[in-house]
Amino acid sequence: MQRLNRDAIVAIFLLAFCGVLFWASFEIRQPDYGVLLPSTWPRVIIGVLAFLSVLYLIQSLKSGAEAIDDDKYDPEHPRGLGFRGLLVHWKNPLWCFFLFFLYLLSLPVLGMLIGGVTFVYVLMGVLGGWDGNKPYLHAAFAIGTIGAMWSLFTFGLGVLLPPGMILGQF
Amino acid sequence: MVIENVLGAFAELANIQTITLMIVGVAGGLIAGAIPGFTIAMAVVLTLPFTFGMPPVMGLATMVSVLVGGLSGGLMAGILTGIPGTPSSVATTFDGFPMARKGEPGLALGIGVWSSFAGGIISAVLLMTLAPQLARVGLEFNPWDYFMLVMFALTITASLSGKNMIKGLIAGAVGLLIRTVGEDQAVGMSRFDFGIDSLLSGFDFIAVLIGLFAFSQLLNDVRDPKDARKALTERGSVQVRIEHGRAIRVLLKHWVVVVRSSLIGVFTGILPGAGGSIANILAYDQAKKASKHPEKFGTGTPEGIIAPESSNNAVEGGALMILMALGIPGDVTAAIMLGALLIHDIVPSPTFITEEPILAYSIFIAFFGATFIMIALQSFMLRVFVLVTKVRMYVLASVILGFCGIGVFALQNVTFDLWTLLWFGILGFVMRHFGFPLAPMILGVVLGNIAELNLARALAITTDLSPFVTRPWSLFFLIIAIFSAMFPLFQGHRKRKKAWTLFFMPVVCFAVAVPLFMMGGVPRPVLATIIISYGAYTLWRRAQDGWHIEVKD
Repeated sequence: MQRLNRDAIVAIFLLAFCGVLFWASFEIRQPDYGVLLPSTWPRVIIGVLAFLSVLYLIQSLKSGAEAIDDDKYDPEHPRGLGFRGLLVHWKNPLWCFFLFFLYLLSLPVLGMLIGGVTFVYVLMGVLGGWDGNKPYLHAAFAIGTIGAMWSLFTFGLGVLLPPGMILGQF
Repeated sequence: MVIENVLGAFAELANIQTITLMIVGVAGGLIAGAIPGFTIAMAVVLTLPFTFGMPPVMGLATMVSVLVGGLSGGLMAGILTGIPGTPSSVATTFDGFPMARKGEPGLALGIGVWSSFAGGIISAVLLMTLAPQLARVGLEFNPWDYFMLVMFALTITASLSGKNMIKGLIAGAVGLLIRTVGEDQAVGMSRFDFGIDSLLSGFDFIAVLIGLFAFSQLLNDVRDPKDARKALTERGSVQVRIEHGRAIRVLLKHWVVVVRSSLIGVFTGILPGAGGSIANILAYDQAKKASKHPEKFGTGTPEGIIAPESSNNAVEGGALMILMALGIPGDVTAAIMLGALLIHDIVPSPTFITEEPILAYSIFIAFFGATFIMIALQSFMLRVFVLVTKVRMYVLASVILGFCGIGVFALQNVTFDLWTLLWFGILGFVMRHFGFPLAPMILGVVLGNIAELNLARALAITTDLSPFVTRPWSLFFLIIAIFSAMFPLFQGHRKRKKAWTLFFMPVVCFAVAVPLFMMGGVPRPVLATIIISYGAYTLWRRAQDGWHIEVKD
């Protein structure tokens, strides 16, 4: 059996996504007034999206095992095989997502100032390394930039940024 | 009346705070535009949270300044390092970099800077004079016409923004779908909230934009660990002085190229979805075709710098024109500008210029003024550019991700917006990776509500669907939407010399003429006659050539 290409998998995922949303559209309450029901417009879009996904699936199946859009393939930086290769290839973006996720989770405790500085500092270390005097430079950058931005919003624009449990005590 | 509005706008802008913010905005835009990998849209979207607490005129003037600065900043990197700072200055490198390498970087920069200035001024003048006229045309639009205009904007953006039309359309549909989350526009019923309270009010539109555009772009920039640790640019010399006098003389000598390229830029800006990245290549190509010495292009000829730089600065005048006259953004940056207007509770529409003349003219004047500030700041910012290029990409990306967090929270003081930023950052990154263009998706998010609201209004007037094809403007937009959707197919088949492609342009002309005739009056039927004549002439020429298909590279 011919292996499905990347675009075919994306198209199937999109079709499944359309199915889930179409099902969810039945949960939308229908009022007794108004000509355009609240579920009509989303269903029209879901219908169009499903139709386009079918076209995309046909197009990708026609193109065979090769992906129809290989723009992103970089021969200078080939990706390793398997799950580990995938992790290595996408290491930096995955770190960014993960650290931002942790930053958001820790926001109620650390607040935006401490959380922001910690996030930027750790991210710089992860992406740029911890060798030499980098930890000090990164710390200076993180405190300077996020501190300045926090001050600008707090004192300059009067925005109440989350203080967190630590700074909230003061 | 116009003079009154202009004077009123001047009075609004002429205060030390606004002027300072405009200078900072232009400076920031110049630097952001000069950094390869950073787009102008990203610079503008990141400015948005800062302007939230400002009065509308001040906030919009700052954003316009960042936009103008960003449009001009790309040339610094392009000419000095050969790496275009933004996609809209790609063609500038074709002749700018060779000229710099031939020992004339100062002249190359001067020509680039003054061409940007000229393009900006021509565009600003056209914006001020044509936007109110276009708004008058917009007053003829009914809900059917508006709905079709949005559909046209989405299809043409999808067809212009990527190699694969279907992916562009899918991206546009996903954008529309994102906008349906939360209360619907017509009756206020909650949709797709999945029992989550935060979803009842939908996703914040600015958080979605920053996530899709800025967050995902930053992740893309640091994807490769080696590239992430490199300085922003490691090539070229930057120890130069801009030769203003010589550059102005060169520009005056090639004034036709300046005017033609600026007009190409304005027209491209008016077209939804076609931004500076298309305009600069188009203007370069036209300059080369019209030149007496096309063979000199690519070796460092002044026209090769003038054309792309005049056109890419003129684009935003066109994009702002349809944004302010019709409420439809011409490109991603105009979509963000629309977001800026919306957060100040201002909804652009054909009546916007007459109802909010001071604000509208303030935007015109800010565009005009920022172009002058850009000229004044270029020499100084060249030195700052040298410093910025020493920064490593990972440092910049980390800091800006931190800024994104603070900025998005500051918009509404809602933590859920930060989660929106993260999820849409991931979505944008994944979509980029799979080759889906983000421009149609962003336009889908921006225009989703407008489309639904106008559909609801149209159906409230009559449940009969025939006005979508019987009303002239609606039919006009429907026809050009269909042909713009077919355009990638036409291009592909043209290369393969398929016979039907010979009839594509004539059929477009004949079809477009129909609604123009239906509009009545004198000018539009005359225009329709000219278009039909052109279509017939093209058909006749092709018959004379024996239905031979000539394919140009």
